[in-house]
Amino acid sequence: MNKSIITVVGKDTIGIIAKVCTYLAENNVNILDISQTIVQEYFNMMMIVDMSAINKPFEQIATEMSSLGETMGVQVKCQREEIFDKMHRI
Amino acid sequence: MINISEVIETNKMIEKENLDVRTITMGINLLDCADGNLDVLCQNIYNKITRLAGKLVSTGEEISKEFGIPIVNKRISITPIALVGGSACKTSDDYVKIAQTLDRVAAELGVNFIGGYSAIVSKGMSHSDELFIRSIPKALACTERICSSVNVGSTKTGLNMDAVRLMGDIIKETAELTKDCDSLGCAKLVVLCNAPDDNPFMAGAFHGVSEDDAVINVGVSGPGVVKYALEQIRGASFEVLCETIKRTAFKITRVGQLVAQEASHRLGIPFGIIDLSLAPTPAVGDSVAEILQEIGLEYPGAPGTTAALALLNDQVKKGGVMASSYVGGLSGAFIPVSEDQGMIDAVVAGALTIEKLEAMTCVCSVGLDMIAIPGDTPATSIAGMIADEAAIGMINQKTTAVRVIPVVGKTVGETVEFGGLLGYAPVMPMNRFSCDAFVNRGGRIPAPIHSFKN
Repeated sequence: MNKSIITVVGKDTIGIIAKVCTYLAENNVNILDISQTIVQEYFNMMMIVDMSAINKPFEQIATEMSSLGETMGVQVKCQREEIFDKMHRI
Repeated sequence: MINISEVIETNKMIEKENLDVRTITMGINLLDCADGNLDVLCQNIYNKITRLAGKLVSTGEEISKEFGIPIVNKRISITPIALVGGSACKTSDDYVKIAQTLDRVAAELGVNFIGGYSAIVSKGMSHSDELFIRSIPKALACTERICSSVNVGSTKTGLNMDAVRLMGDIIKETAELTKDCDSLGCAKLVVLCNAPDDNPFMAGAFHGVSEDDAVINVGVSGPGVVKYALEQIRGASFEVLCETIKRTAFKITRVGQLVAQEASHRLGIPFGIIDLSLAPTPAVGDSVAEILQEIGLEYPGAPGTTAALALLNDQVKKGGVMASSYVGGLSGAFIPVSEDQGMIDAVVAGALTIEKLEAMTCVCSVGLDMIAIPGDTPATSIAGMIADEAAIGMINQKTTAVRVIPVVGKTVGETVEFGGLLGYAPVMPMNRFSCDAFVNRGGRIPAPIHSFKN
């Protein structure tokens, strides 16, 4: 298991989840968990994904997801899970 | 499992509160490069640093992308050059040649600073140490990325006052040789007492002789994160205040620990220490002074500043030590003037003086740091200032340092611009009374007694 966290933040529009999920499916990324909230009209989504089957370098996926976000006017970040785990769990 | 609010919190720290890893510093032992022939020595140094640190910058960038955390600087610290060059260097200019080699390696590898153009003369100064120290002004004037430090005393040895006196001259000479760029050379030269062997922060970084052949040390930062956390608890008691700082320091340090372990693993070099310092930058919202203001001071320098800084420093350590398996380096809050917008504002407002800064250095790392003083300050007064700081370090068993810039041609009221992370600084007034007869005595101040603490 190679867990990463994908976050999508921005103004809510139609099809954000659909586009992100399509990209992930095309790149062999398995979604383990999705949670989503709207904070002050801003769309906040977090996905926990498994990247152990990807066939591109992690950096490339992160860059491509970030540009995918730009086309929808939202910020998409892809980070390895450990940074959150280390910070919030003892 | 991680929840969305934790993810949002972490990302907010990074994006809005300037959380970053300030530096990954690779310490490299150069003792095995020593040779009687200067050219061979330089070649050995070049080869060893290139071999070990060739991938330092790219690895740092990879880690930064994968975790989504900025890693601001990738740097190298080396064995003090006075030790490495002793057998090959017969003149001060020979040492300058080593400095040029180091500068070239640093530029080729893309690291912004290489620290360790240093000498340890805590008790005595050998002939080659002195040649080395006399080479510092020229070395700093003809290189870009070299940082230099001289350790002039320690709790165990006392203070080497000959070296203290000499450093007064060396700082003045460095200022003179780099006067075309506001005496910038002095910003890369620090005089230390009780210098740690594993400090990853410049300008005082060097790779001590007690260290492994190569090691990865990481300096974390995050004054902005602490300040934001304190904004949420305005008016609360000291208990809540301390608890908040501690929790925040824990979170910040955990990120540093993660980055350090990753870097160590990917480069195949052992992990040394995490330095828990709160290191400010000139960016707004990345300031230690603003934390002090948030704690309740109108400006740093107001009565209560020393107490506020003491508690801040202590809580950062308490939170940090739990978060990392190895803590070292300087580990505390930095209070450089030019690198911290809040400190600059305090000086301009007349709230902060050199004397108050000196008091503050008793309770935090590191010392009188990045302070611009009038260019006509006598070398003896600078030596006196170094002696004062070193005495604080020696008596209190802590690291202290002096990094002052006597800006040639400028005086109180004018401003000096260093650029980048070094920031800008108003020239601060010095005490104008003489200490010539004191610092010219020669010899050393004996080591202090370790009992009867009062």
